[in-house]
Amino acid sequence: MKAGALGIFILILGLSLPLATALPASNLAPGAPAAAFQLPAAAGDAVSLAGLKGQVVLINFWASWCGPCRQEMPVLDQLYRKYKPAGFTLLGVNVEPKSADALGFLKTTPVSFPILFDTQSKVSNLYEVAGMPSTVIVDRKGNVRYVHQGYKPGDESQYQDQIRSLLRE
Amino acid sequence: MSKMRWRKIAAAMLLVGLLPGGMLLAGCSPIEPWVKPYEREHLADPIMSFDRNPISSGYLDHVFEVREGARGATGSVGGGCGCN
Amino acid sequence: MLTRLHVRSRWLAAAVFGLGAVGRADVLPDDRTDLLYHLYEGGGLTVQGPSVLVRKKFGDSLSLSYQYYEDLISSASIDVVSQASAYKEKRTQNNVGLDYLHGSTLYSIGFINSNEPDYKSNTGFFSVSQSMFGDLTTISFGYTRGWDKVGEVDHGIVVRSFSKDADHRNWAVGLSQVLTRNLLLGLNFEADESNGYLQNPYRGVRFVDPTVARGYSFGPAVSPNTRTGDAASAQLKYYLPWHAAVDGNYRLYSDTWGILANTLKVGYTQSLFTSWTLEGTARYYWQNHANFYSDLFPYQNSQNFMSRDRELAQFHSLTLGLGASWEFHPAWPHWVDKGTLNFNFDHLRIDYQDFHDNLIPSAIPGDEPLYTLDANVMQFFISFWY
Repeated sequence: MKAGALGIFILILGLSLPLATALPASNLAPGAPAAAFQLPAAAGDAVSLAGLKGQVVLINFWASWCGPCRQEMPVLDQLYRKYKPAGFTLLGVNVEPKSADALGFLKTTPVSFPILFDTQSKVSNLYEVAGMPSTVIVDRKGNVRYVHQGYKPGDESQYQDQIRSLLRE
Repeated sequence: MSKMRWRKIAAAMLLVGLLPGGMLLAGCSPIEPWVKPYEREHLADPIMSFDRNPISSGYLDHVFEVREGARGATGSVGGGCGCN
Repeated sequence: MLTRLHVRSRWLAAAVFGLGAVGRADVLPDDRTDLLYHLYEGGGLTVQGPSVLVRKKFGDSLSLSYQYYEDLISSASIDVVSQASAYKEKRTQNNVGLDYLHGSTLYSIGFINSNEPDYKSNTGFFSVSQSMFGDLTTISFGYTRGWDKVGEVDHGIVVRSFSKDADHRNWAVGLSQVLTRNLLLGLNFEADESNGYLQNPYRGVRFVDPTVARGYSFGPAVSPNTRTGDAASAQLKYYLPWHAAVDGNYRLYSDTWGILANTLKVGYTQSLFTSWTLEGTARYYWQNHANFYSDLFPYQNSQNFMSRDRELAQFHSLTLGLGASWEFHPAWPHWVDKGTLNFNFDHLRIDYQDFHDNLIPSAIPGDEPLYTLDANVMQFFISFWY
């Protein structure tokens, strides 16, 4: 009898846990200016965010050891190619301290958008990256408008809608 | 079940679950994660998993349990990559 | 005349399904299928069979799993030969499980059925896992309930008049904590309670009997009809910069039958040449005997509770294991992401300190050499992720 009561107690506790632990989705306030940064690129000169004002920018924080990140790369490549003519650009910020694995991954899964290396995690810290992958969409004026954490197949349709609405502004 | 056992189980649950859960319920500011999601490349490596092949560890636990007096607490845990 | 004896596990079902494990609570487990062949050989006992585990996600929040397991037993162990005769038998087990992910909470529910001619067991379990603090911490609670029917087989025929119940309840609490970018901690606590017929119907106890030539006779064993135990374990895993990991685990168990057991395990895992993973483990276990255990009682019915089950004896045991795993990426079928071929070998040795090998005749009963068990455990399995 007592044993059954404990069982029920555990059940109730278990079911109430999600209420206790819901954390805020992100720390980046939509509408706030996106923090400025400059990072070395895989190909060509260093890229700075300030230089991209006037374009809609999608900043994607990724790592080669992160499954969903790897899954997302071809999808992001498609978005980049589709909307680049309309004034959209995509920055793939790799967060690994050593770039060898990232470069190895890009050899097997090449993408056409710029890849930047944040080996010191300065930009990851600046953008309060709280999950892998993380996506921040910045409008033409340089303000943060949308933040996504994690990736599962199907999320790209959300990205697409958001990019299109920002391109129309 | 005896009172002593109730106390033991309650103590284990308190230590493990209710303290952090209760903190959050009370609205205390959550502890900032000290290992950032982008610093988890080693933890994401499959060799860091406590239980890489559950079918195999489950079988071996069974082999021991059948021959020994003790049982339980053979848990495996997560960690991993902070992805998704 | 009894024809066979077997060793029984109270929680074989839950153990195979890995209950008490604290997994990730922010993602569903990977989709995978494992096909395993297991072989245990030692002490006159051979147990082998297949184990198949299939797991698949349905949508974003649901994962279903199914496992089929078989033990094909051929036994001429010391207990069997002492008190009955060698036998062959098959045990079949089916597990089904459901995992539901809501935010950072994972709810799991499952059912296990184990079937052999003289033992039927049904177990249900439910657990909740919660990730918190940026997924650095995962806590979990679980409850398991088992209903067993203990029977008896005599010369291949089920003894209809013999049918006993054994009930089990188990509460598990677990914590998984990322300590640093290279260090993981796991804590587990489990409390279990069993009620009913908790002994092996084929085994008896030995008592001094001056009326027979060999000096001893066998009589019925009697176990208490309740057993309550607690187990607590701590585990650490550390990443080494040359693509390796080292881990250590300690577990303490104690119960109302007077058993106090310690388990100490260490392991080393090494990644080699991208696709190979090698692993070495050492496990040292020691326990004292149950308070109603004796290898040889002074006379018949000398105590209310009596047992000569060597699982309840005082012993220490060392297991050394090696494992090798090779990862491959098959070109076909195209929906398979990756696969692994795995082989594990463990050598188990048990040195009993108060269980004597009564098959070796001795002038004085109880003076026979202490029994030791040497066993080889092999696992060969192939896994697919999709």
